Amino acid sequence: MNLHNFTRLKPNDSLMRIARTPVKQAVRPQVPIDLSLMDPLISKYKGRKGNLIPLLQGTQDLYGYIPREAFEKLAAETDLKLSEMYGVATFYSQFRLRPVGKHIIKVCHGTACHVQNANAISDALREALKIEDGETTEDGLFTLESVACLGCCSLAPAMMVDDEAFGKLTGNEAVRIVKNIKIKENK
Amino acid sequence: MHSSTKVIVGLGSCGMAAGAKKVYDKIAALKQVENLDFELKKTSCVGMCYREPLVEIIDESGSYLYGEIDENRAMEIIEKHIHQKSPVRDYVVYTDLFETPDRSFTDGQVKIVLRNCGYIDPESIEEYESRNGYRAIKKIAGSGISRLDVIQTVIESGLRGRGGGGFPTGLKWKFTNNNKSDEKYIICNADEGDPGAFMDRSVLEGDPHSVIEGMIIGAYAIEATSGVIYCRAEYPLAIKRLNIALEQARKKGYLGTNILGITGFNFDIVIKEGAGAFVCGEETALIASVEGLRGMPRKRPPFPAASGLWKKPTNINNVETFANIPWIILHGGAEYAKYGTEKSKGTKVFALAGKIKRSGLVEVPMGMTIRDIIFKLGGGIKGDKKFKAVQMGGPSGGCIPEYLVDTKIDYDSVNATGAIMGSGGMVVMDESTCMVDMAKFFLDFTQKESCGKCTFCRIGTKRMLEILERITQGKGEEGDIQRLEELSFQIKESSLCGLGQTAPNPVLTTIRYFRDEYEAHIIHKKCPAKVCKPLLTYTIDPEKCTGCTVCAKSCPTGAIDGARKQVHFIRQEACIKCGICYTKCKFDAIIVE
Repeated sequence: MNLHNFTRLKPNDSLMRIARTPVKQAVRPQVPIDLSLMDPLISKYKGRKGNLIPLLQGTQDLYGYIPREAFEKLAAETDLKLSEMYGVATFYSQFRLRPVGKHIIKVCHGTACHVQNANAISDALREALKIEDGETTEDGLFTLESVACLGCCSLAPAMMVDDEAFGKLTGNEAVRIVKNIKIKENK
Repeated sequence: MHSSTKVIVGLGSCGMAAGAKKVYDKIAALKQVENLDFELKKTSCVGMCYREPLVEIIDESGSYLYGEIDENRAMEIIEKHIHQKSPVRDYVVYTDLFETPDRSFTDGQVKIVLRNCGYIDPESIEEYESRNGYRAIKKIAGSGISRLDVIQTVIESGLRGRGGGGFPTGLKWKFTNNNKSDEKYIICNADEGDPGAFMDRSVLEGDPHSVIEGMIIGAYAIEATSGVIYCRAEYPLAIKRLNIALEQARKKGYLGTNILGITGFNFDIVIKEGAGAFVCGEETALIASVEGLRGMPRKRPPFPAASGLWKKPTNINNVETFANIPWIILHGGAEYAKYGTEKSKGTKVFALAGKIKRSGLVEVPMGMTIRDIIFKLGGGIKGDKKFKAVQMGGPSGGCIPEYLVDTKIDYDSVNATGAIMGSGGMVVMDESTCMVDMAKFFLDFTQKESCGKCTFCRIGTKRMLEILERITQGKGEEGDIQRLEELSFQIKESSLCGLGQTAPNPVLTTIRYFRDEYEAHIIHKKCPAKVCKPLLTYTIDPEKCTGCTVCAKSCPTGAIDGARKQVHFIRQEACIKCGICYTKCKFDAIIVE
């Protein structure tokens, strides 16, 4: 499999998850990827059965996504096959094959949030950040995603920025939270 | 320093989202600066999510639970309650000492699964032990209760799988126990994927040891050698607390080799983080995912009890099921079976959400009516609007309409309505919820989450979604309802796993109970709940319009005309029905029909 062609190898529509809408990406300088960061991870899981998902999760924790080079390194150094890894990486909504922003905004679209107008939160963020779902802002700060349920249903509508949850939102409130993060980043 | 006064802050995910961490930090700072004499502690969710952040103060006179505490109110209650010894009655949401408005939320609840949630620090094994924690496994070890007796107790309790399937837990254990093997697995399904359900998260965050003890007892009963908790990655706090709890349990010898002196009882648990796939709630798909594969279900038999993880006998139960187990062992199966109905014993935790006044977690005996849960415990509908339906069972469930609100909550009665008990999510809907839009919402979910293995589930849900999209866009055709029904039956008949077999339920129940709404969309091209935007018409009320021009300025297509201080009007041919004018108008002059 030619991993250069991720974009053309998208699984059929019914397999696509909410969070992985095909997108245009902001043009950012290519930062060389330090693959040696993966060595402790590989030595921890190498040869263990059922290690594929933890290896991919660990890799994504390091880089924010799973770079092509990382797949190739895993294929070379473990007994996992590229095809196997690609199959798993595209099956689960957690895995990303493209770089993401420094902060990931997950807007909840669970049932409770849906009936309390979660769409307004997504709309407001799309407008404020000038990106669509799944895209990353040009400055590389934010990636906007929709997720199925964060489990904060009593605080609907809710969103999560990185690991922090925010509830009882309005569109304006969501935008304010994101802007505050941006102000902190630009200091 | 040892003080009898305790200040306890609820730090579950929902509390934190409401700002509880700031409150905790504020109280900690006050305590330090003013050198106050009280013990500051953490706990997790007590279920009153609608009152978060919650702070409980326990002093000589009793316990006071304060609700909706922000940093300012925190300062106030510390000043008045701690310094001046005078509780701030206005903020107290629950106490045994005087009447509070929220008493009806707790009346009628029976806390077995949630027995410790909100009462203990989930990161302290000693606090769990102080409330009968690990007493059940000690009882088994101390009195030499046999494996079969443990299983018999669980069978007697009548406990059925709380993940949604409702299969008798004791029988499941018996089957796994019958299959002899040198390696066996016990798995806790904590992949709570139903949008609208959050009880498993609360239990894992609030009382992780009860789940771990339940697993240890299960492992003993079926002779399992290893345990796996499969928890969704969206619950970072639950995973963190589970890891802490596992480490503590190992140190105390509840996990490891020859546990509590039972020769040959060697057992430990690992956590596997789910990678985000709803279908992994299905047990064979979950097993595939633990093995590191794509989480696709396979044909049963063989059932996991015979051939599961790594082809070894495997028992899978849900979080809530395991949390019941220590209580059942301690109090006996018969005691548990006193609660509930003939075929559904014990209690069930429900997550109340949506258009309900008190959203949160409640645990009630089986057999309570939906009316009592929503109107007595839940306090009724937000803004006193009209109750329309309650969605139970998530994407596999259905909408139960207002006229069936006296349905009793047990597996069979709920199934009879076309919904399912599911994991216990109850999303309440009022008159402003469009049922066709709801059906579309769930189909959109299942369509995306279908693993793709069975053709009818993969393509059938897609076709159904397309029809629903058409209907909500005002392009519905005669015969669409029949087409939806026909596809539904085909998908139910020809799908391998629970996801496909139940995916059409939200559509079928809404057609069954709200056919008139479908017809309004298809025939009259109207959305009675005013949700489906393409079916709405926006006009301006000339009586109310002041000509402020705000709507005209904010209209993205320039469809609104009118001079300053003169009545404006919307050119319908240019209107894209985005609703921006409606939200911007300060004079309620935009009419939506």
